[in-house]
Amino acid sequence: MREATTKDHASLAGAFIKDEKRVDWHDGALWYIREKRDIAAKQIPEWEHLREAASMIKSNVISNLHEYLLQFESNLKKNGVTVHWADSAEEHNQIVYSILKAKEINQMVKSKSMLTEECHLNEYLEERGIEVINSDLGEYIQQIDNEPPSHIVLPCIHKRKEEIGELFHEHLGTEKGLSDPTLLTRVARKHLRNIFLTRRAALTGVNFAVAETGEYVVCTNEGNADMGAHLSEVQIASMGLEKVIPQKKHLGVFLRLLARSATGQPITIYSSHYKKPRKGQEMHLILVDAGRTRQLGRKDFRDSLKCIKCGSCMNTCPVYRKSGGLSYHNTISGPIGAILAPNLDMKRHEDLPFASTLCGSCSNVCPVKINIHDQLYKWRQVIVKEGYATKTKTLGMKTMAWTFSSPEKFKKTGRAGRWFLKYFPFLINNKLNPWYKQRDMPEGPSESFGEWFVKNENKKS
Amino acid sequence: MTTREKILASVLANQPAATPLPDISMFKNGSDALVEKYMQVFKTIGGLSHVVTDIAAIKQLITENFDTSKRIATTLAEFGDSFELISDAVDPHSYSDLELAIIRAHFSVAENGAVWLSDELMGQRIIPYICQHLAVIVDAETIVPTLHEAYEKIGAGNYGFGGFIGGPSKTADIEQALVLGAHGPLSMTVFILK
Amino acid sequence: MNVGLFIPCYVNQFYPGAAKATLQLLQKAGANVAYPVNQTCCGQPMANSGFEHLSNDCNNLFIKNFSSFDYIVAPSASCVLHVKDHLHSDTNEEQAAEIRSKIYELVEFLTDIIKIEKLDAVFPHKVGLHHSCHGLRGLRLSQMSELNAPSFSKPQYLLNMVKGLEQVQLDRQDECCGFGGTFCIAEEAVSVKMGKDRVADHSKNGAEYITSSDLSCLMHLEGILHRNKSKVRVIHIAEILNAAT
Repeated sequence: MREATTKDHASLAGAFIKDEKRVDWHDGALWYIREKRDIAAKQIPEWEHLREAASMIKSNVISNLHEYLLQFESNLKKNGVTVHWADSAEEHNQIVYSILKAKEINQMVKSKSMLTEECHLNEYLEERGIEVINSDLGEYIQQIDNEPPSHIVLPCIHKRKEEIGELFHEHLGTEKGLSDPTLLTRVARKHLRNIFLTRRAALTGVNFAVAETGEYVVCTNEGNADMGAHLSEVQIASMGLEKVIPQKKHLGVFLRLLARSATGQPITIYSSHYKKPRKGQEMHLILVDAGRTRQLGRKDFRDSLKCIKCGSCMNTCPVYRKSGGLSYHNTISGPIGAILAPNLDMKRHEDLPFASTLCGSCSNVCPVKINIHDQLYKWRQVIVKEGYATKTKTLGMKTMAWTFSSPEKFKKTGRAGRWFLKYFPFLINNKLNPWYKQRDMPEGPSESFGEWFVKNENKKS
Repeated sequence: MTTREKILASVLANQPAATPLPDISMFKNGSDALVEKYMQVFKTIGGLSHVVTDIAAIKQLITENFDTSKRIATTLAEFGDSFELISDAVDPHSYSDLELAIIRAHFSVAENGAVWLSDELMGQRIIPYICQHLAVIVDAETIVPTLHEAYEKIGAGNYGFGGFIGGPSKTADIEQALVLGAHGPLSMTVFILK
Repeated sequence: MNVGLFIPCYVNQFYPGAAKATLQLLQKAGANVAYPVNQTCCGQPMANSGFEHLSNDCNNLFIKNFSSFDYIVAPSASCVLHVKDHLHSDTNEEQAAEIRSKIYELVEFLTDIIKIEKLDAVFPHKVGLHHSCHGLRGLRLSQMSELNAPSFSKPQYLLNMVKGLEQVQLDRQDECCGFGGTFCIAEEAVSVKMGKDRVADHSKNGAEYITSSDLSCLMHLEGILHRNKSKVRVIHIAEILNAAT
């Protein structure tokens, strides 16, 4: 069993919350997106049926993955795409490196790909002398600040425009104090356009991969994936195994759900279907496992692989909104991150399934109906059984279970609240009781309901 | 054992019993007033649209609304007398100074404002992304209600690359403030030929 | 109809008023109510913390206490949901299943089983309704704001029968308060911030009282209100529905 480290969700969230004005802004900005999502969803009368259909398609994918992967691979090859398989993050990074090395390329532009964040591709390539530039504006901002994205759709949602202005001043030479979003975006546009025009290699993520046709779809609002890919001589796409879908017509279901769930837009500005390399261009696709088949084998958790990375569970999650994505110390943050992360490293991420009130809003907004909050509950059981709960928690729980198992013990522990001060829900040492830091205790009445009931019933008889 | 074999074996060992695909044929939306619906949605996503009756009207609107002293290129032979024709034989980087691209789309989608076009209509794949402003022509009768009809229409598709484009490029990464013109075009105009 | 009254441990200790109101409401509705005095807890605090495997003895005790009744009713959505979803027994799973199927939260018992149509209650105050997440998304006491589905609300239906009561509209109709069981301690900072924001929504919209079918949420909100010397008070829905003329 490990002692709680100082870098768990609770302490990182605690640090984020110290700046209450920022938290209020962050909470409000994300809630606004949740509201836009609601409006978009309510304009589609068949919305709930679409979610059900999407969930069923993904169940079919999960249960026929072997067949779909083979079909996808065979069609990719027919289309002239080179297919690679990577078992781990390390192997994925090696493959990218070897593709670039073969063409003597030492600069690459990359559009948004959570998978490559998960693999720490940028660091890997930079250690080997290859420069990578993230072209999604939010990811670019996070990169120059040397921070990972805090949200899968809105990578720098935790930053204020003044901070971004300061970063641009330092890295792009803008005037000090400039913080207007339009002006900052124009500066980035100019700078990154030059990057697109000078990079021989471009890497993109994959939103959906169609087994039936061997094409893959990349969705962006900025157009950065296309700017990179169509100007490159080497185009690389990295995707997790679970991104494959059976047929092209299923894209109709997923693309109707994706942007509406993510931002309330009817569709992302660009939904690009890549099938064959252009003349003179090389196209590579890397299929990455990195723990996915392990998750596939976990009966209670395999549905997490249905995720289409819309981020709606983050926007609706009150814990996420108040604590910021970086407090989850995992590439994918928020509720979905908390059910994916323990599969990758249970010890490191034992705190994440507990970073939730189990309110269930995440499961309701999820476009593919992942039972996120049920999985959070189930991960808690697994983590405790595997021995990753902190010592104090275990001790308190054993005492509690013992007390609740017998009415005599329960009564003996003290009248009217004294027992509770010690154990419920205040599991930690009384003197440092975190309940009391910012909250008063309820006033203990003179007698409990049980005591009153017995007296009252005796009077009656 | 290669990595490929190892992964595939692991997938096979871990995947659960097969479940069926749902019937999605009921997701159709035979709605009328598709042109109006399309125009209304396209406006909400930051696009501009005009209903026009012929190519001459488009030409007129382009000369009125764009700086014709800058580089304008098109894939449409009908515009060949006024503007440069896009070549698929040149380096795509050579279009980096393109001010306006005028191209055709196969059709558009009323529910989300997007147009669908494959690389044969782009001239070069980079064209609709690299230009500062994008103008797209669609025939009014090709507008479909939803993406379901759209994919029915696309079918397998004999293209190397195809895409839905639904408005000017945009970002809201800085404090959720909407900015049109992230990396792609700053504006998108759709001419609906009726 | 024999009803076993389940009063969750913390309600018994801290909020006997809500328990009494629940008892009286059920009696007024004509139920024959008994309170098994040997009851302790539903086991949720352990299970939600990942210690479901330690809750077996506690569950068996629950089964022993409540098996003989037609219905089990409790003034706590959270505890009821836990029993419905997670009460199992290694020795008596059949009875555990029966328990799961006959336990009700007070509001749903009144609307769905008793099918109550009027109340004599009077409560001349502005009231904000706090939906507990377990009541809302677990027991479906009201429609959830995330879904594209027709709206309804069982607690609202009952509150509408109370004379003089004015319900306030909230900016966020069903946001979690941040209690979350042991979450309120383990994630103290987030929990309190969530609670503060819920309280602010109610007070800025003019609520004099915050009510709910879950006292755990209310205990958390009360702790914040009290610490900040707010005039806004919390009250369990049973006490409003039972408020005398």
